[in-house]
Amino acid sequence: MSIFVDKSTRVLWQGITGSQGSFYSVRNRDYGTQVVGGTNPRKAGTEVDGLPVFASVAEARSETGATASVVIVPAPFARDAVMEAAEAGMEFIVVLTEGIPAQDEAWFYNKVKRDFPASRILGPNCPGILTAGECNIGFIPAEVATAGGPVGIVSRSGTLTYQALNELSLNGIGVTTCVGIGGDPVPGTSFIDCLAAFQADDDTEAIMMFGEIGGSAEEEAAEFIAKEVTKPVVAFVAGVTAPAGKKMGHAGAIISGSKGTAKAKMDALSAAGVKVALNPTEAGDLMAEVVSNLK
Amino acid sequence: MDLFEYQGKQYFARFGIPVSPGGFADTVDDAIREAEKAGYPVVVKAQVRVGGRGKAGGIKLAADEAEVRTHAEAILGMDIRGHTVGRLWIEHASDIAKEYYASFTLDRSAKLHLAKVSARGGVDIEQVADEDPTAIARLHIDPVDGLSEEGARRLVDEAALDEEARAGAAEILMSLYRCFVEGDADLVEINPLILTPDGRVHALDAKVSLDASAAFRHAEWGDFTGLESLDERERLAQEKGLQYVGLEGDVGVIANGAGLAMSTCDVVNQVGGRPANFLDIGGGASAEVMADALEVINTDPNVRAIFINIFGGITKGEDVANGIVQALGRVELKSPIVIRLDGTNAEEGRSILKGHESDQLVSVTTMLEAAERAVAFTRAGA
Repeated sequence: MSIFVDKSTRVLWQGITGSQGSFYSVRNRDYGTQVVGGTNPRKAGTEVDGLPVFASVAEARSETGATASVVIVPAPFARDAVMEAAEAGMEFIVVLTEGIPAQDEAWFYNKVKRDFPASRILGPNCPGILTAGECNIGFIPAEVATAGGPVGIVSRSGTLTYQALNELSLNGIGVTTCVGIGGDPVPGTSFIDCLAAFQADDDTEAIMMFGEIGGSAEEEAAEFIAKEVTKPVVAFVAGVTAPAGKKMGHAGAIISGSKGTAKAKMDALSAAGVKVALNPTEAGDLMAEVVSNLK
Repeated sequence: MDLFEYQGKQYFARFGIPVSPGGFADTVDDAIREAEKAGYPVVVKAQVRVGGRGKAGGIKLAADEAEVRTHAEAILGMDIRGHTVGRLWIEHASDIAKEYYASFTLDRSAKLHLAKVSARGGVDIEQVADEDPTAIARLHIDPVDGLSEEGARRLVDEAALDEEARAGAAEILMSLYRCFVEGDADLVEINPLILTPDGRVHALDAKVSLDASAAFRHAEWGDFTGLESLDERERLAQEKGLQYVGLEGDVGVIANGAGLAMSTCDVVNQVGGRPANFLDIGGGASAEVMADALEVINTDPNVRAIFINIFGGITKGEDVANGIVQALGRVELKSPIVIRLDGTNAEEGRSILKGHESDQLVSVTTMLEAAERAVAFTRAGA
């Protein structure tokens, strides 16, 4: 079992002909993901390493039966690309594109939620999602992951996610699904969405959560964990040393006034019974301990 | 991207929000010229992007040329909470009957726009929120619908603005919302929004924070660049397109990925050291980008040790290691380096680094150990 994507997920790439699109779509396919093609209205009828390029998402969907779409078009076109995917009936829309204006993100999040409630957005500015051994969508270097569970991972940061996968593998621990929700101000899929899905997934027995400064998603997650999550959770929050008022790489990683500090987030998670690590390596060690107690 | 008050007012004016006539001045003579244009009495206002200007003595009323001279001389060069005043805004002084507050921002929890309006303006709004949360009228706005005229009217009614101010304030709210959305701002705030004795409503201050991601559709923002108070390190990093934030410690940090770069700073702190910077070189860690990063770190006189923390994902360990080695050959370094390389083919990468190890270049396997070694270097060099 897994959350959101599995071996039946059929993936389409919007922006497949670009440098990142052509590289990662093929990599994902080579991992075993069902990548069924891509779109680019100006290059319809061509191929990218054997993957067919269609003019529109609607056409691609009817030709290939795609269920998920990846958006890797440049930021100025991302809003239209997301809407095209939703209108074509894509159930899962993974937005990898970085640097999308916050006003666009807020608009398409609410538009899709209202008019296309069956579609879920992941991202923007996210590394993607991996169900180990079944389906990899996006940038995650799946080779560092071990399949088979029992750990589910959810993270705002890309490299910390890879780090977590690697540390678990070194400890001989597998993952079910690893979700990168992205570092932007309006993530389509939140920590809470992932926590709820992991709680409901029989194969996930423990959850690893990587947060960072900015906003209050970790505090809201802590509240949710206290009420709804019975599986053990290990967390790490990056940015203890981040100064207020500066965007730390991610658009959403900013302490505004006194709000959104790492300390407040760590305190909230601790109070909810989460084991909070001081660095990513420690998070791996804590999870190893949790998993050994499961057996 | 925070604008200065005078830039914020210029931006407001584009959207039809009434502001006081005025001009900026970098010298005392310019200040007098602008004061004459605006008409006495004038207000002389320090242009710094930090709150508490009034309390610090950075905002003064001047009735004539002599007073403008006195205040401009005192305020230019003044330090306000770490920000040096290099520019003044001179505007015609407004008669104030009442001071209100209005703002729009994104509520990240609700994923909706949030309007806040209060009859208690001219003071710190967070303080108002603490003392009397009911004094602030709030309205969540779905970005798909936008702010309706009915919503704007409800806000000024609920905030209990004076009757004679409500129509004007509601109209300003509509314009301010347009400025927020079409102007691609993260925050627009008017504090105070004033009512004059003759019944007009206008913006006496302007706080605008623009969303840098939207710069591609705002050619007019070109006027606002180059005014950021960057130090030499930050300027060079920006030139080279690196994600860099200057901090005050002595351990230079280079990592790939924002989360990893932040946690690298955190680990330095955890072992009792202080990071000199946040620097994210993004994905691959090519020799070019690594050399650029090292050059930026080199310009920081406080740095006594450098901590390179790379997680190889798709880029394999040996390629990362070769990139680092090449970069080291290109840049003459002033400080010793500790490298922690992990991820895909980390072993292969480490064995490449091994051939280049010295008392100035150490390769270790864990983040914690690397941080400890780097901090030890800073102490040995002290």
